[in-house]
Formats: sequence, C-alpha cells, structure tokens
Amino acid sequence: MLPKQTGEKYLLSSSPHAHGPRTVSSLMLDVIVALLPAFGCAIFFFGLRALLLAGTCIAACLVTEALCRIAMKRENSIGDLSAVLTGLLLALNLPPDLPLWMAAAGGVFAIGICKQAFGGLGYNPFNPALAARAFMLISFTGPMTTWSSSAWQGLDAATTATPLALVKKGAEGFDWSQVAIIKNLFLGNVNGCIGETSALALLLGAAYLLCRRTITWHIPVSFIGTVFVFAMIQGGVPPLVHVLSGGVVLGACFMATDYVTSPITAKGKLIFGCGCGLLTMLIRTAPTGAYPEGVSFSILIMNAIAPLINRWTQPKVFGK
Amino acid sequence: MKTIKAQFGFKGGVHPQYHKDLAAEQPIERLPLPKTLAISMSQHLGAPAKCLVQKGDVVAKGQLIGERNGFISANVHSPAAGTVAAIEPRMGPVGNWTDAVILETAEDQSGEAAFMPPLDWKSASVDELRARVNDAGLCGMGGAGFPTVVKLTPPPDKHCEFLVLNGAECEPYLTSDYRNMREHADRIRLGVEIMRKILSGPAVRIAIEANKPAAIEAMEKAFADIDGNVEIVVLPTLYPQGSEKHQIYACTKRLVPPGALPISVGCVVENISTVAAIADAVEKGKPLIERVTTVSGDGIVRPCNILAPIGTSYADLVAFAGGEKEGVRKVISGGPMMGFNVPNLQIATTKTTSGLLLFTAASVFQYSSEPCINCGSCVRACPMQLNPAYISRAVEANDIAMAESFGVMNCLECGACSFSCPAYRDVTQFCRRAKASLRAAAAAAKAKAAAAKEGLKV
Repeated sequence: MLPKQTGEKYLLSSSPHAHGPRTVSSLMLDVIVALLPAFGCAIFFFGLRALLLAGTCIAACLVTEALCRIAMKRENSIGDLSAVLTGLLLALNLPPDLPLWMAAAGGVFAIGICKQAFGGLGYNPFNPALAARAFMLISFTGPMTTWSSSAWQGLDAATTATPLALVKKGAEGFDWSQVAIIKNLFLGNVNGCIGETSALALLLGAAYLLCRRTITWHIPVSFIGTVFVFAMIQGGVPPLVHVLSGGVVLGACFMATDYVTSPITAKGKLIFGCGCGLLTMLIRTAPTGAYPEGVSFSILIMNAIAPLINRWTQPKVFGK
Repeated sequence: MKTIKAQFGFKGGVHPQYHKDLAAEQPIERLPLPKTLAISMSQHLGAPAKCLVQKGDVVAKGQLIGERNGFISANVHSPAAGTVAAIEPRMGPVGNWTDAVILETAEDQSGEAAFMPPLDWKSASVDELRARVNDAGLCGMGGAGFPTVVKLTPPPDKHCEFLVLNGAECEPYLTSDYRNMREHADRIRLGVEIMRKILSGPAVRIAIEANKPAAIEAMEKAFADIDGNVEIVVLPTLYPQGSEKHQIYACTKRLVPPGALPISVGCVVENISTVAAIADAVEKGKPLIERVTTVSGDGIVRPCNILAPIGTSYADLVAFAGGEKEGVRKVISGGPMMGFNVPNLQIATTKTTSGLLLFTAASVFQYSSEPCINCGSCVRACPMQLNPAYISRAVEANDIAMAESFGVMNCLECGACSFSCPAYRDVTQFCRRAKASLRAAAAAAKAKAAAAKEGLKV
C-alpha cells in the first residue's frame, strides 16, 4: 500500500487542462444561423406556409427527441440543438403546400426512427432529415411532389412544373440559354421545396460556415463540381441550370456536410462529394427513371457508403 | 549566423490561449533555500537512480546521492548541504510514487560545494566532455527528461548533422525557457559550442516560436559572431510546435519515422535550458541541482519565474509567489496541454518541472463527454495525422487491436484532439489507455518468451 499524503483538496483530471471554444451546440447553432438567409427567402417566396412548415417540423422534432430520451432513460439532449437543426432542414426540403400533419409525421420519423432508434446524435447512419424526406416521398407521394403556390415566372405560367421536371421531360424546343432562367434560379423565384429555391441565400450561408470553419470546402466543392462537369459533358441543358435547380446547393452545403453521416478525412470527403454529384446526375438524367430529382437519394446512398470510404481513407501518419 | 523563417510547417495543431504575459516579463528570482527538500531518484526518463545515501548521512551541496542505473538513467545530486532525514516513497509531479531522499538543509550553507573540477571545454577531450554531461546528471528539462548523455552519444553508424535547440516552449503559461534565453543567452551559446564539439560539428538550428521576439533578439545577439552553420529558425506560433519530430521537420524537412529516435535522421534535439545547464556542468563543474520553474495561472497571487533547488515542494514555490488565491480548484505540474494534475502541494519539483500552474474555478472547465459526432476536428488538429476519433471509439469498444491498427502508438499525447473536441470527449486519455495496454501486452509477451527460453535451458 502506498503512503497517504494529506490535503487532497484539488480536482483531478487528465490532460489537456484547456479546451477550445467549440461545443456541439455551438456547431449546430452555426448551421442554424447559416440557414437563416435561405429560411428568410422561403418566407419571402412562400409566405406564411414556410413559417408554419418550419414551426411544425421543429416542434415535432423537439417533442420526439425529448420523449425518446425519456423512454430510453437517457439525459435530455434537446439542448445540443441538433433536433432544431433537423427540423429546420426537413422543413426546407418540403414543398410549400404540404399538409402540416404530414410535416409533423416527417419530423417524428426523422428523430424517432432515423436518429434516436440508433442511439441518438453521433450514431445515426443516415441523415435524419433526408431519410425522413425519403419516407415522406414514398408515403405521401402526391403532396410531396405538388408544387403549386410559388410565383413561377419565365416558363409557362400555367404549369406548375419545377425546372427539373422540364429537364426530365426534355422541354421540347425550350431555350435554356435565357439569362432570366439562370437569374431566377439563382435568386430563388422558381418552384421547388421551400428552402432550396434561392441558391444565393444558400451560398451566403455556406460562406458563413466556411468562414467559421464549421464545415470544410471538400464536400460542397466536389459535389457541385461533379454535377457541373457531368452536365457539361452531357450537353443540352446548361450546367448552371443543373447546379442551381433542385436541391444541389442545399444538399451539397447543408445535407451532405452533416458530420455524423459523412467521411471524417478530407480525402474521404472529396470522394463522398464526387459520389453524391455523380449519383444525383445519374438519377436526374437516367432515361428510365421517373424521378426528376436525385439529391436526397444520392446523399442517402453515399451515407451508406461513408463508413467504407472512411476505411479506405485513413490519414497517413506523420513521418511515414 | 542568420535568422530564417521556418519553411516547413506541419499539418494540424491548435491555437490555445497562451497567457504567457502573466509571467513573461518577470525576471528569474532565486528562491531562498527551503528547510526541506525531497529529491526523487526518478526525475528522468528510464531507470531510477540507485540511492547512495542513508538516513542520517550528512551531505554536501552537489554531492552525488543517486547513481545512474542503466543505459537510460541519470545521476542525482544533492542541491544543498544538509542531513538525510529519511528515504521514503513520495508522489512525484507526474503522479508516480518513487523513492525520494528527504533532506533537512543545513542552516549554514557556507561550506565548500562538492562540485566537479571545472573543465576547459576547448582543451578537454570529447570523451571528457561527454563524461561530464553524464556525471552532472543532465537530462532534457523540457518535460520528458531524456538523459542528455544518451543523446550526445550517437550509435557508431550514425552521425549528427543537425543539432536542434528547442526554444519553442509551445505550452501556454510557461516562460522558463523564455527567461533563460533572455537572461542566460551567453550560457546557451557556451553550451552550444560544447555540444558542437561533442557531436563533431553539426549544423545548429535554434528553433523559437514567433511569439517570442525578445528571445529571438537575445539569441541573435549572443550568436552574432559564432562561426559555422548556425541559424535561428522562427517557427509559426502553433501548438505543439515544441514536439521533437515537428521541430526537426520545421528546421530540416526531415521526417523521423514512427518509433525511431531523431538520430535516425541525423538530428539531436535538446531543450534550450538544458543547453545552459551543460555550460554550467563543464565550466563550473556544477551538476543539475536547480532549475527555473514558472509559477503561474489565475490562482496565484504573483505569477513569476523561480530558480529553485530540485526537490523544492510546491508549497514553498507557491508561498514565494505570494500564495494561492481564494478558490483554487486545480494544480498542474507543467503546462495545461500536457501537464499533470496533482492532488496537493506536498509534491516536490524535479529536473523536468518547467511549470506549476494554479487555476481557480474560472479557468477550470468541468464537462461531461458526449458521443463522437464525427466532425473531424481531432483529425484536423492531430499533429501526427492520426484519426483520434476512430481510436477513441475503438478504445471505447475495448478493441485495442483496432486502435493499434489506427497507429495509436504514434500518439504524442499532446492533447490537441481533446482540446478541439466539441463533444468534450477525453480523446487523449483514450489514446493513453490504448498505448498503456499495448505496452503492457508487449511486456507480457516478452516476459512469456523469456520464460519459455528459460524453460528450454532447464
């Protein structure tokens, strides 16, 4: 036995005894703040519906999170803000006229099934908001693909097609080179999910995240770059239309960059982003497929591959 | 001699708050000799020294009281004249229990010190100089305490091409190397010349972080007229720039392979305060019996740099620095990134005690760890380019083999991963646990192999 020394009045812990400023909730808050411009645009273009959808989704996510933690007899985790972020991201991925109960069901599914069932934040294999969206697309196919209430200008005012639906159909004789189309896509004056229409607002948010070093450039750049290059090689529809329409910017900057479900190393992130871009374009342009948009599914598929990518891309030890 | 900016930075690293201003401008002050010293027999890396005294012995200042015991080991000397009151296990600064000589210092210190005869480094042979470094019990004073004579004795097939002096002092709060560079630049220069002679004339690189302009200036002045290939390398301020491997890379672009010593790429790295101690050992015959310790943190009344005999209790250092403030919650030996948390102030300094930090509740963060969110902060922070997230998860799952496959044995335990982890996971501690079990497993396997061999002989 070792001799005792007196006066143990100080705390004991292992080094390091200093910590950086980052916490999980501060990271989540960064992303929420970065989504505010897009959310603002959603309210601007779709009005009260956008607010209602976001409120419903966030409330559903928070309640589900709290109830799940109680049921699992674990510490309450709503303080880490990840449920708020999931709710907001889910809402931004919904069409404006979706019945609110469906939005709520999506929120419950996102947190209950896609996140807490796996053990909570850090353990979910798939992005909860996207997995919930996939669930909703299958369960509520009609309402999830109805785009009716935006101020769609530039094409045929009578149709309620999204730009991507036109791409899929071929939009015979349509002149894609019109500058107005690109401008509307960039600013967000088009049909689509409430948060994905304005590329400008999304890119502003992404720039904020990059400046704060909350995310790195690897996934957004490789994702969007792959879409661009694919469209360029394919010809026909201008690459910028592909990049700016649908969920590419939202997906590349905010969904594919989800820490938990994307690779951890820079190299892995590049592979992940390229894979997302490639799959997006394959789904969008495959002549046999019926679905005009591929961002959600491409990210979900890459989520499934992320652990493998991690295995391939372990960093090389300094000195080796 | 010229001053250059480091050309080769490393990936990773973190920027802790440095707080060096607390003690940086405080000149080194000598502590009045404490009444009692507790001199550990294990102040260096490697085997503890063999204790040469017994209870009741009267010893002189500088007398050898512990003998180097093995290849990686170092001598220990008495820092003062006095009487051995006891030889008993004491807790050291790193939480280890080792035998210590408890010395009641004599009132009268006027007697002749038992120093070694002074050597003229110019006329002395390399072997004499090397023997002196050994006899003086010198070891790296930066933290690890690697015996200096081992570094200065390259294997016959290796030649030292670069002598790198580590003046980075990248740990927050610590300023003891900084003060030595400013106040004892001439000693450092002499030490460099002696080391150059022992290592048969390598190029010299003096590595200092850019946030210490006064130290850089002092070194420039001291080395202005030196002959040969000597450069002051200004390193970017980035933790852990003081890591041996990263410093070698910054100064020479050479990479030390995993598991190898710097000499494998023709480099010897030595802490800058140790270099000054080499000068004292040769020129004055003075063994390593005292060192500068920075006493700082928001829990100390008067942060300062104290020159104290080895074996001084933390309580004596704190009292000299004006005492502790109300509400001190944490005491750390060394810096906040790699230092060890100690339970009380009864612990005594060793040759490697560069700092003693007292923190109040305001600087002590208490936390609960959350699951890993895979954010990659630790991967980006790791200077060894490991994957601390995966290592920590493997250790959590008790899969040490998996942790090994991720290269955990290369971990420096620098703390950059834990520092940057937003989920407040004890990533560094997970790595330590993996390393400890791997070392234990290796030792057990070795013992088993040896036993099997013995068995065959019988």
